Amino acid sequence: MSLETIKVSPGFEKYLPKEYQDLVDDGPFVKQRKVSEMGSFKEAIEEHPMCAGCAMTLFIRLTYVALPSLENSVIVGTAGCGRLAISQGAVPFIYGNYGDTNAVASGLKRGLDIRFPNQEKDVVVMAGDGGLADIGFHAVMHSWFRNEKFTTIMLDNEVYGNTGGQESGMTQKGTVMKMAPLGKKGEKMDMIALAKTSGVAYIARVAPTNPTRVANTIRKAVLIAREVGPTYIQAYTSCNIEYAIPTPLVMDDAREVEADRYGFTEYFTDEAKSYWDNTGRKIKGTVKK
Amino acid sequence: MSDVVEKKVEEAHPRGDDPRTDVITEKVSQEEIEEEKKGAAAQKVVDPDYLFLKAPREKQFITGSEAAKEAIRRANVDIAIAYPITPQSETMQQVGYLYAEGYVKDYYRAEEEIGVMSAIAGASRAGVRCLTATSGPGLMRGIEQIQAWPGGRLPSVLLVMCRVINAPLAIQPDNIEISFLLNSGGVVLHGENQQDFYDYALAAFMIGEKAEVTLPVAVAVDGFFVTHARGWVSTPAENMKLPPRECYHEAVPMMDNENPPIRISRDAPIQKSNFISYQMHASWQQEVWAAQERSRKWIDRWLGGLVEVVNPKAKTMIVASGGAVSQAREAVRQSTEQGLDVGLIKVKSIRPFPTQELIEGLDHAEKIIIPEFNYVGWLAKEVKSVIPRVERVVSGPRVFGGMSMPTELIMEKITGEYK
Repeated sequence: MSLETIKVSPGFEKYLPKEYQDLVDDGPFVKQRKVSEMGSFKEAIEEHPMCAGCAMTLFIRLTYVALPSLENSVIVGTAGCGRLAISQGAVPFIYGNYGDTNAVASGLKRGLDIRFPNQEKDVVVMAGDGGLADIGFHAVMHSWFRNEKFTTIMLDNEVYGNTGGQESGMTQKGTVMKMAPLGKKGEKMDMIALAKTSGVAYIARVAPTNPTRVANTIRKAVLIAREVGPTYIQAYTSCNIEYAIPTPLVMDDAREVEADRYGFTEYFTDEAKSYWDNTGRKIKGTVKK
Repeated sequence: MSDVVEKKVEEAHPRGDDPRTDVITEKVSQEEIEEEKKGAAAQKVVDPDYLFLKAPREKQFITGSEAAKEAIRRANVDIAIAYPITPQSETMQQVGYLYAEGYVKDYYRAEEEIGVMSAIAGASRAGVRCLTATSGPGLMRGIEQIQAWPGGRLPSVLLVMCRVINAPLAIQPDNIEISFLLNSGGVVLHGENQQDFYDYALAAFMIGEKAEVTLPVAVAVDGFFVTHARGWVSTPAENMKLPPRECYHEAVPMMDNENPPIRISRDAPIQKSNFISYQMHASWQQEVWAAQERSRKWIDRWLGGLVEVVNPKAKTMIVASGGAVSQAREAVRQSTEQGLDVGLIKVKSIRPFPTQELIEGLDHAEKIIIPEFNYVGWLAKEVKSVIPRVERVVSGPRVFGGMSMPTELIMEKITGEYK
């Protein structure tokens, strides 16, 4: 969608809220914003009903800053805390059925490719650990095996936060949670290894401790997904409610977990590496096909 | 088989194999695909009224699966997605050849039916014309998503080749699965034979994509009896196709990020416990069912009405849908021979349900017989729920689990020799 399309027609300014006009005049569309500019422009998401101190909300906010062509992006989600914030963003958001994200995104991306052969439309799945690793697992894996060209972002808070704190496949072994009263029996699922096995072009594990790195990672994943194949970002986005992390200490926890077991790692297939080094990293600003 | 019959079959079916058992399983060669590509490229868009009602037709002796293929060939489908299951696979692998030949733009074999129906939900939101098909257990597996299509206002065509769903597992024909589609809000058509499978499937795309409808359309037929058996099907020439989907002329915006104002959460979760949420959900449901009602005029126009009536004034009326209609037609013929006064109402559309047509068409009837290919008798329940004086209804005969329905079973109900 071009900026011309969203501009307010002359004479209608007083009927559209200031919020909307700010998005058009000084928003995140068409020109790529930087993390360092946050606070000085109208972001795609501002108000949301998330818990105070939620690290997931920070990550979602960074995602909206980082997407390389926000005006041509569609986000796909499923049940979970994240969608409460994502549905408030100034980007079309598909909230489908339980655990259907990567199958919906497969059909959506292929459909958009048919309708817009000359305009890249970025499809980004953003959902929780339960939505992607448990109920949506088969759809995630098969979208990877099929080499579907979209990005999957896991907001990994290691728990079912939205339903009140049940253990998920991504919960650490031994953690006592609802539905795991004696401590979780199995290991945390290794989705990074599964992504590698499935041939995912670019994989990154990241904690929201370094906002610029988060933004760069998301941008990289979306650009590689356009040209090479599926990309996967697994982000530690703690649940300060279910894990009883005091609100002022949420970022301390993120740094500790990052140092302990969630350090930044990224992985490229040869093709993705070659594309990124030769083409992708040289692209500046927002990108049109 | 007698020599005469053998010769007729040979003429009607030049491949010379047995039309009772043969199914199209041979692989299509690369040369054939290249040849077909020319045909796909040469197809011209024609007006749906012309294609459905006016274009000259030629008869072919083909299976139901082949009839569905011929409908898809002319349907200008953008994307077809399916997971194989008997007896649906035959059709969807044929659609694969249509993709290879350029009649369908994108196609893939998905992971399983939740994945299929979800991907259709994604593709329909992108604004392209979508097709899938499934059978029995596959429908059950995908039904969480299928139930959400109408509320998502997602036009697409779902072909349902009915088979057993209950344990013990079987692949045999039985149409109990249609009862699971009745409360979704989508349009549900039930075809009698190969000809219906062609006509209904093709019209389904245009019915569902009409602005005032904007709903998925399921086209069901009885598996094997229709899909794997041959019948005469008249179709217009291959060089015509439907106009493409016009997604900006539908009831809801597309999720393509081309719609100002910028922000659209079309499927916003309405999970707050307050009266605004209740009202939103309630009014949305009412609108889905109202949209289904609005499909009537297109079913009337393109499929000749929600019902077909034979011997409208008969004292004994049979009401049937799907393959049971063919058996009922034969029962009507035998009854006439015996001097019995028997008529038939064929129900083509299960949703919307032909309530008024049945009330009026059965008003004079003293006895109403409803033969079905399922145990629960969902059609009898539907009919009884709308007509007055339900004591006139003789439910059954019913066969299920793959049994055929000898006409004698219907005749026994007509003559009252067996109850």
